[in-house]
Amino acid sequence: MTASDLLNRLFMAVLTLAGVAVIVFCLLRIVPGDPIAMMISPSATPADIAALRAHYGLDLGLPQQFGIWFTDVLKGNFGTSISQRRDVMELIGERLPATLELAFAALVFGVLAGGVIATLGTLARRTALDPALDFINGLFLAVPDFVWALALVLLLGVFWPVFPLSGRIDPTLSTYFHTDFYLIESLVTFKFSAFGDLIAHMVMPMLALGLPLAAIVVRTLKEALAEAMVQDYVLLARLKGMSPLRLVLQEALRNAVGPTLTLTGVQFTFMIGGTVIVERIFSYPGLGNMAIDAVINRDLPLIQGIVLTFGAIFILVNILVDLIAAWLNPRNAHG
Amino acid sequence: MAEIVTTTDAPVPLWSLPMKNFKPLLREPRVVIAGGFLLLLLLIAIFAPYVAPKDPLEQDLMLGNMPPANYPGAEPGFWLGTDDLGRDVLSRVLYGSRIALTVAFVAASLSAIIGTLLGLAAGWYGGWADRLISRLVDIWMAFPPVLLSVLLVAVLGSGLHSVIAAIVIIDWTRFCRVVRAETMAQAQLDYVMAAETIGFSRSHILWREILPNVAPVLIALVSLEMGIAVIVEAILSFVGLSLSSDIPTWGGMIAQGRQMIHQGWWVFVFPLIALFATVLAFNQLGNGLRKALDPVMRR
Repeated sequence: MTASDLLNRLFMAVLTLAGVAVIVFCLLRIVPGDPIAMMISPSATPADIAALRAHYGLDLGLPQQFGIWFTDVLKGNFGTSISQRRDVMELIGERLPATLELAFAALVFGVLAGGVIATLGTLARRTALDPALDFINGLFLAVPDFVWALALVLLLGVFWPVFPLSGRIDPTLSTYFHTDFYLIESLVTFKFSAFGDLIAHMVMPMLALGLPLAAIVVRTLKEALAEAMVQDYVLLARLKGMSPLRLVLQEALRNAVGPTLTLTGVQFTFMIGGTVIVERIFSYPGLGNMAIDAVINRDLPLIQGIVLTFGAIFILVNILVDLIAAWLNPRNAHG
Repeated sequence: MAEIVTTTDAPVPLWSLPMKNFKPLLREPRVVIAGGFLLLLLLIAIFAPYVAPKDPLEQDLMLGNMPPANYPGAEPGFWLGTDDLGRDVLSRVLYGSRIALTVAFVAASLSAIIGTLLGLAAGWYGGWADRLISRLVDIWMAFPPVLLSVLLVAVLGSGLHSVIAAIVIIDWTRFCRVVRAETMAQAQLDYVMAAETIGFSRSHILWREILPNVAPVLIALVSLEMGIAVIVEAILSFVGLSLSSDIPTWGGMIAQGRQMIHQGWWVFVFPLIALFATVLAFNQLGNGLRKALDPVMRR
């Protein structure tokens, strides 16, 4: 990827994000239900209501509202949440770390579990284990995160209650943190009891998000490995007497990683989208959970801020994946 | 044109040949098993009033939270137990198939039609149409789908129509992307060039030559999309935005069961099993169809 390619890509990303902003803005102006009606007290006079509407800029025309809102967004000012009466950026800043920690934990789990199983499957080629693995993986591919989350609630939450069913951390432990990246902070500051508690809370949502990802990694990586294993350079290495495990890990894997990585990146964006419902099911205090509350409360500024944040993350991840793919495969530079 | 089509690697148009085409489908076990299950589910949905042992809405607070048959304290006649309001879980699960399948068929068909039209236009005509449509798809893909569906239902108001509209508005891109890529690939094949040489018009080639050859991929995709639609409806019911609680839905039952999971697991488990089996069946049917209809994969 040359510099001009990258600039072009970034320009397109900005354009896409602007498109997202326009659509969100238009969508929310046709939401039935008056956000002001939800925040006034019954004793408010019409003058109070008008003052409140003017305060939130709701008395202006739509193009004007969009103009003001868009300039503010460009300045990083997303306005004030109507239901929580606090700065939207601040609220998002508090919740985003929880979602990012969860998403990355699920990504690491999915890639590791998928990688190990794909490697085992490749080593077990032409044995009875291989088709069995493919069959089970086929089932795993069909189960979405929502169903996983509910099944886990039942299995690990109720029938065999080893993990806490909801939340991010035991409330008695959460007061000691200086940042909102609890998991990272507890690890860096050696607070292992808090770290353990965070992990225990994270296991179920992480599995729900990571298992579908793992299934996709298994399928893609296994196909790529199967292709790589019959290439000449792998055959040569095998003739030299390299052990099967080293053959897979050292020779084949290097060339199979490319297509897997691209797909993993795409899948990672889907997974971030999946956090919305998974966080809801486990009452995990992340961005997605707050998003659903914001929709239910008709909190327009907060919804706008959250959707744009998600959109920016999606686009950023896509660019990163392209960059890494280009970096891994020099041939792409001239493609 | 049939000679040329059948001598290239292009898939056989589904409707150009009679029953012969369905033989490979019946040889694919996933298609038979999953298709059979879904057919059974469809019959249950249609004849729910005759199949269900009880009225799914009938409450009896004296019979609340009864466990399924064979568990201590079970009430005869309530095979899968009752919920906290004393409604029969089995009947509610059976009736739930009505909403699930309605959403699956209507939402998937509408998404397929819209996505296919835009995908064909982008892939065949290219130029500004392709640029515009592709940009639109890019913007759409930057939305988290679950959040967008929740938002859309909030905008449109809850109810079956809104749920279907939300799914269509979000998921047309799946069809658009695949059909666009497939159309571009088909446009490179010999039979298209042959049709151009004969002097067929651009639109004739698109509708009569390319569309039939895109159809196999499309049909598999529709089946997969039906599974997705069932899940989205369940998610919206779970969040409490889909339908009023008077209409039994699997998602609504799961949400209700989640609240009282420590009192009675059965309200949670049985609709979840129904949801899982249905989604799995649509998924396996889709993958089986893709394999059976694609001559390259069949070899």
